[in-house]
Amino acid sequence: MEASVFYELILRWIHFLAGITWIGLLYYFNFVQGPFMAEAAAAAKPEVTTKLLPRALWWFRWGAMITVAAGILIILNKISQNGTEVMGTSWGISISIGGILGLIMWYNVWFIIWPNQKVIIAANQKAVTEGKPVEGLGNRPRVAFLASRTNTMLSIPMLFFMAAASHNPWGLF
Amino acid sequence: MKNPLDSVKGTITAGVVLAVVLWFIVEAWIL
Repeated sequence: MEASVFYELILRWIHFLAGITWIGLLYYFNFVQGPFMAEAAAAAKPEVTTKLLPRALWWFRWGAMITVAAGILIILNKISQNGTEVMGTSWGISISIGGILGLIMWYNVWFIIWPNQKVIIAANQKAVTEGKPVEGLGNRPRVAFLASRTNTMLSIPMLFFMAAASHNPWGLF
Repeated sequence: MKNPLDSVKGTITAGVVLAVVLWFIVEAWIL
C-alpha cells in the first residue's frame, strides 16, 4: 500500500472515532440529557451538572478538536497528492461544504458552548457547596442550548456532504 | 413564530431541509 494512502486511512480512522465520540455526545445532550433535565427533580439536577456534565463535555470538546484536526490533515494530504485543483472536483466541493459546516460546529463547541457551560458548572458547584440555589447565570443556559441545537441541526447536512464526498452520488438524480 | 430549535422535531426537520436545499444549490449552480 502506498504510504500516502495508508496515512489517509489512519487519519480517516481517527476522524471517524473522534467524530462519533463528538456527535454521539451531541445527540445524547440534545435527545437524552436535555429532556431528562426538564423532568428531573430539583435535587437531582446539580448532581448531573457537577458530576456527569463535566465528564461528558471533556470527551465532547476534545472529540470535536481531534475530528477537525484529522479532517484538515486529510484534506492537506489530498492536496499534496493531487494538487489544489482537487478542491474543484465534486469531492473537493462536497468536502468543503461539509468541512465548513464542521468548522462552524467546532467553533460553537469551543467558543460558545464550553465557555458558557464552564460558568454554569462553576455556579452549580458553588451552589452545592453553599447549599443555596443556583444564581447569576443570565442568558448563558439559553445561549449554550441554542448553540447545541444549532450544531444538531448542522450535523445533518454536514454528515450528508462528508459522506457524499467519498460515496459520490452527484449526477444520480 | 416559534423557534424550530426549541423542539427536537423542529431541529431535525430544519437540518433535513437545510441538507436538501444545499444539495440543490450545489447540483444546480456549482457542479
